[in-house]
Amino acid sequence: MQSSQNRISAVVGILLLASLVAAQVPVNPNASPAKAGANRLTGGGSTFVYPLMSKWASVYHQKTKVQVNYQSIGSGGGIKQFSAGTLDFGATDGPMTEDELKLANSPVLHIPVTMGAVVVTYNIPGLEKPLNLSGPTISKLFLGEVKKWNDAVVAAENPGVTLPDKGVVIVHRSDGSGTTYIFSEYLSKTSPDWQPKVGVGKSLNWPAGIGAKGNEGVAAQVMRTPGAIGYVELLYAQQSKMHVASVKNQAGEFVAPVPDAVTSAAEGLKEIPDDLRMSITDSPGKGAYPVSGIVWVLARPEMKDRATASAVKAFLTWVLSDEGQAYAVPMNYSKLPASLLDKARAKVALIK
Amino acid sequence: MTHAATLAAGMLILLFLVLIASQLLRLSLPALRTFGGRFFVSSVWDPVGEQYGILPFLYGTIVSSVIALLIAIPFGVGTAIFLTEVAPRRIRGPIAFMVDMLAAIPSVVYGLWGIFVLAPLVSQHAAPWLEKYLGFLPLFRGPSYGVSMLTASLILSVMIVPYITAISREILLTVPDDIKAASFALGATHWETIWKIVLPYTRAGIGAGIVLALGRALGETMAVTMLIGNQPQINVSVLQPGYSMAAVIANEFTEATTPVYLSAIVAVGLALFAVTLLVNLAARLLLWRMRVRPIR
Repeated sequence: MQSSQNRISAVVGILLLASLVAAQVPVNPNASPAKAGANRLTGGGSTFVYPLMSKWASVYHQKTKVQVNYQSIGSGGGIKQFSAGTLDFGATDGPMTEDELKLANSPVLHIPVTMGAVVVTYNIPGLEKPLNLSGPTISKLFLGEVKKWNDAVVAAENPGVTLPDKGVVIVHRSDGSGTTYIFSEYLSKTSPDWQPKVGVGKSLNWPAGIGAKGNEGVAAQVMRTPGAIGYVELLYAQQSKMHVASVKNQAGEFVAPVPDAVTSAAEGLKEIPDDLRMSITDSPGKGAYPVSGIVWVLARPEMKDRATASAVKAFLTWVLSDEGQAYAVPMNYSKLPASLLDKARAKVALIK
Repeated sequence: MTHAATLAAGMLILLFLVLIASQLLRLSLPALRTFGGRFFVSSVWDPVGEQYGILPFLYGTIVSSVIALLIAIPFGVGTAIFLTEVAPRRIRGPIAFMVDMLAAIPSVVYGLWGIFVLAPLVSQHAAPWLEKYLGFLPLFRGPSYGVSMLTASLILSVMIVPYITAISREILLTVPDDIKAASFALGATHWETIWKIVLPYTRAGIGAGIVLALGRALGETMAVTMLIGNQPQINVSVLQPGYSMAAVIANEFTEATTPVYLSAIVAVGLALFAVTLLVNLAARLLLWRMRVRPIR
């Protein structure tokens, strides 16, 4: 008995040591990306842009033999690691805040590379036509104030649609996410109730519902739960053939989430700030899908390692070329409008 | 030589423990200073308003682990007794091997199985049944959406059964045949021998296995995150969603960008560390109070 307990603790000890050693190994390759030279680039951040970034990286590798290693660690992680100098470039779907820019210690370029839509998806058996929803209605649904699908608030925006007497089950993201940021920013802009009760952020204090991990988690939970409503990136709704709502924009139109409607949202902006850190949610443009967001690549205009700097510049130049941009739409991302594309290219030109 | 090596290994582990605790404490100080005692008793977790209270996570971690343990103990110990006392010798090896294999399944696989098989079973069969027959108890009030405290506890119980079984089996094998023979000689039946001789003889060892399993349940992250519903609220009903400490760390760590937020997440880690330590100490104290003398 005594000896078997000793044996167990010995085994546990060895396992602990082994796992510590194993955990150390993958950290090393990233320790000094600057030394990697011009043939390898390390980027990381936004999970939203990951599928497109992987496509870009693989095509770029075939063309130039330059290997781009992109790690989808989340936008926040991307900003942190980029600021710490661990990554050659970062990617984020929410721009860096003033505080974050201060922590970065050197100038940072925000370069828009693509755009995407966050869609409101639901599971109402028997309903074929897409639902029309306005910002205030979506806000009431996600605050748990509208409890049944046949509530007058939903019915008013969907005349002629028979809505079931079914409870609304809210599904939201449990992990911090740029998707949640874009979604909550749209609701804050359009619904007076949302801002004081919940606010804008990558993680929120949700008053009700179920939290699911990742877009795939939300999609799976919505598909399995009759009466559920959730929000995911367009790509995931398309892949799973889920129902998506048309959302009311500033011009008063109910717009379906398609890549072109996101491009319209960016075109509709009245003014674009010089540092390109703007928001395109609730855009005034005609035909604009209002729950839209931009993905920025973060780069430094000056880097100590000249070879890496020119490799980053060459990669981003290709990404923003017509050839690179052509990969976006087939993957349900949206093209940057011409005006914004020119401004983004001008930013890349600033990298020395 | 062996003596020195084992001493070094033991000290090294102790050193790791101290290092982990001190680092956790250092990094969580900003949050603990800002919120003080409120951090442990408040139910508001609001990253936007920068208000952090971890009570729902504490509750979820402890309740899900305790329920899992209540389910896993009879199954785990029962399997061990079956394997050592009842089962024909030929099938003992294969069954023990399969139970051990349960421990080798990655927790994300348990989580996926939970999402696609267990959660629908709970929402379509288990929860309606519980509501219908036991709904008068606040413990079983619906509606259930599949992911819930109960679902997470069920998956946890499957995950910890192999720990209880493996250790109990080893311990049960240490019972000397003389004692059992003596029991039979006094006219005891097989069951009486198991209940009155074998189990009391091995209480301490089986208890140690249960403590190990509890430690595993408290810290389990991935499968729980996928099934508990991730809603920071305290619900008496186990059919409602909840949240656990390990789950909130896994969910929010990557995007915790402000210093206080990050510190609050680390402080959750510190609390989890403390709870695991306290529960282990309490369990050991309980075993000791049962006056189980170690068998030499």
